Amino acid sequence: MVVDRRGPRAVSEEEEVDRLFHALADATRRDIVRAALDGEQSVSALARRYPMSVTAVQKHVGVLEAARLVTKHRQGREQLVRGELDMIRYAHILLDQFEAIWRDRLQRFADVLSDDEGANE
Amino acid sequence: MTVTDVRKDATACTMEVISEFEAPIAAVWQLWADPRKLERWWGPPSYPATFVDHDLRPGGNVTYFMVGPEGDKHHGWWKVVAVDAPNRLEVDDGFADDNGVPNPEMPVTRMVLTVDAVAEGRTRMTIASTFPSVEAMEQMIAMGMEEGIKEALGQIDAVMLAA
Repeated sequence: MVVDRRGPRAVSEEEEVDRLFHALADATRRDIVRAALDGEQSVSALARRYPMSVTAVQKHVGVLEAARLVTKHRQGREQLVRGELDMIRYAHILLDQFEAIWRDRLQRFADVLSDDEGANE
Repeated sequence: MTVTDVRKDATACTMEVISEFEAPIAAVWQLWADPRKLERWWGPPSYPATFVDHDLRPGGNVTYFMVGPEGDKHHGWWKVVAVDAPNRLEVDDGFADDNGVPNPEMPVTRMVLTVDAVAEGRTRMTIASTFPSVEAMEQMIAMGMEEGIKEALGQIDAVMLAA
């Protein structure tokens, strides 16, 4: 069902899903996303927040940027990380993941139902 | 098309997935009530589920584990809140530790299943999920990555980041 409806943008959508997943797979990155939803955060402030170097935080921010969850801006000597979505939209993105899980599950559900119907005939 | 409607409320962290099947209510209910049938669809093919306890009575426990391609085991549980066979099942759905003991650190989802007839031999099934918070959803998505759901998400048919 889902596969048939995939259009020419399918590849880039898949890449986006991959990036989003990769971004959310790490607890620090999830925390950075939430922090940035509340307002701009400097990379140095984030580095103080976690037991890690500025370089390590930069790497995490890079992953989040690739997933389009945050953007980076320079202000003087500071690098600022800004959340690119509000909490509601973020919640929506997460719900989209659960939707995909259930669509996949229900496809299997339908398959099991029709297999069993076939076996009963 | 199996799924006929999906309603999401991002403010309330709830989702309703409505699907329809060319089958009688009893057959649809059996896919939940019979653990051998349930395990044929609950887990993705690369992470098949095995149900251990399966007591669909109020207060009853349902426990299961999923085994991944590396032999990795992931345990989960349901606690039955209410049941009215073959039309309604309400459970709390959570994660368990490596010994199958419910993990209180992990979020619990309330899942309400309703099954009703739309016509002779045609059944509608609604699955309503209530997640405790945005943080809980994040945590579950991150956990799910380990459980092979990523392959399911590769098939998502909505443009997620473009809206």
